[in-house]
Amino acid sequence: MDLTTTLTGFVALYIFMLAAFTGYEIISRVPSILHTPLMSGSNFVHGIVVVGAMYALLNATSLVEQIIGFVGVLLGAGNAAGGYVVTERMLEMFKPSKAGEGGK
Amino acid sequence: MRVQPEFIIDASYFAAAFLFIYGLKRMSSPVTARSGIVLAGFAMLVATLASFLYYFGVSEAAQPYLGTNVALAVIALALGTIWAWWSGKRVAMTAMPQMVALYNGMGGGAAAAIAAIELLRTDAAHETVPLVLAVLGALIGSISLSGSLIAWAKLDGRIDKTWRYPAQQVVNGALFVATLALGLYIVFVAHGHAPVGLVAAFFIGALLFGVLMTMPIGGADMPVVISLYNAFTGLAVGFEGYVLQNPALMIAGMVVGSAGTLLTLLMAKAMNRSVSNVIFSNFGASGAEAQGEIKGSLKPAEPSDAAIQMRYANKVIIAPGYGLAVAQAQHKLYEFVKLLVDAGVEVKFAIHPVAGRMPGHMNVLLAEAGVPYDMIFDLEDINEEFKEADVAVVIGANDTVNPAARTNKASPIYGMPILNVDHAKQVYVIKRGQGRGYSGVENELFYADNTNMVYGDAQQVMVAMIQAIKSLEGG
Repeated sequence: MDLTTTLTGFVALYIFMLAAFTGYEIISRVPSILHTPLMSGSNFVHGIVVVGAMYALLNATSLVEQIIGFVGVLLGAGNAAGGYVVTERMLEMFKPSKAGEGGK
Repeated sequence: MRVQPEFIIDASYFAAAFLFIYGLKRMSSPVTARSGIVLAGFAMLVATLASFLYYFGVSEAAQPYLGTNVALAVIALALGTIWAWWSGKRVAMTAMPQMVALYNGMGGGAAAAIAAIELLRTDAAHETVPLVLAVLGALIGSISLSGSLIAWAKLDGRIDKTWRYPAQQVVNGALFVATLALGLYIVFVAHGHAPVGLVAAFFIGALLFGVLMTMPIGGADMPVVISLYNAFTGLAVGFEGYVLQNPALMIAGMVVGSAGTLLTLLMAKAMNRSVSNVIFSNFGASGAEAQGEIKGSLKPAEPSDAAIQMRYANKVIIAPGYGLAVAQAQHKLYEFVKLLVDAGVEVKFAIHPVAGRMPGHMNVLLAEAGVPYDMIFDLEDINEEFKEADVAVVIGANDTVNPAARTNKASPIYGMPILNVDHAKQVYVIKRGQGRGYSGVENELFYADNTNMVYGDAQQVMVAMIQAIKSLEGG
């Protein structure tokens, strides 16, 4: 398909480099108390792969491609949805003292 | 002017990339963390829905298949989402590490599937750079898929033996080199027009390597491995994003790839080991070496005596370990802590970076029991306070409080940062029996003059301690 952007060569390298630094900087500031939700949160974020799998599936031109694409979307959707649910469940439990007392 | 579908797709991906980064950023504080994941979730939903607009741009060749493909996409999305939602809602907090491993493996599998379609497309012209990245993404994604599945099975207790044999590293190394050679062949000799059999062999090799690489790694090291595979999947997604010319995948994948790498290094550091040491050495196998004489004796104590001493202490620090969660005693523990707090005792929780089955896991388990996060402190923040504490309580922890890590150079855990519970005036160790920790090392803390052992199931001990305090108040 005709893409509006071409991300090749150095443009792609710039994107990769900046994204890598962004990830590093964001994570180095997270307190270790939140490391488990963070890991599952970043796990959720790479669930965006489902979008790529959808592109591949919609452009499938044979049965084999359809099967692989179907599996890809299935796995990607599981990654995204599962990552979201467990991360949200965990973060929802973190409460400061006041809220903890008020709830009882 | 009409709005093009491509524009909507691109705009939604841009918004997604922004919200992912912003959401992760908001996760740096417990106060804003939840709104961060909700924003990122919203972005994921929009990006996924927008991707149906690819419908208007598929290639000529795919037109006859389009109806089926869309139906397949809807079914796959529904099945994947429903299953994951259902499993994610009901998983116990103690089982969180294996669930994260499972979801992570699925992401790696999805990246590998994208690569597989690309590499099997022998009729198209392939350029070298996207081909290299497709093969790399396929390799990393496949290893992440099968490796994560093994990690999940091990943590879930479905595989309970660590599988080791002589020359294991040589066999693994040979398999990896062979797989890599196949990948290089696909790129530089076949230029993406390799026969189906070769491509299949490449994927099987990568999947098999993931299995063989993970099998010998013990349960205590799994957190590092899961974190590593998380980074792997991120990289694989980033590479496939390049192949598909999809900036959302490139950015999200690379952010997670570097974040996951950093997290892996931090965890390995907390265990005082290098990542390669975790993956390539058989830890725990050498634990039975002579460790020198341990002086002193084990001094048992009654739960009620321990409880009453804590009730009249000024400051109590609790060092919980995974044993607490295994006994499902965290709720009772917090009930006991609330009684102490009501009596005017200053109570803090000290968390070792590798307490639990993944970094920060113990914090989640305590949060589940309702412990407010401002009572929970990291190792660096609280280690100096132990000498001011009247009582330190160790529940279900062992290696993370073993002074041998500071003093005994012969010990396998030497050099690992530990919680200095032995600096407290009195130490109580609540423990099921006289067993050793994961590392198989005897713990001299248990024999120290200021240490008493409270034997029993953690939950029953906590119930007895609560009763002791209550009868005190009542009488």
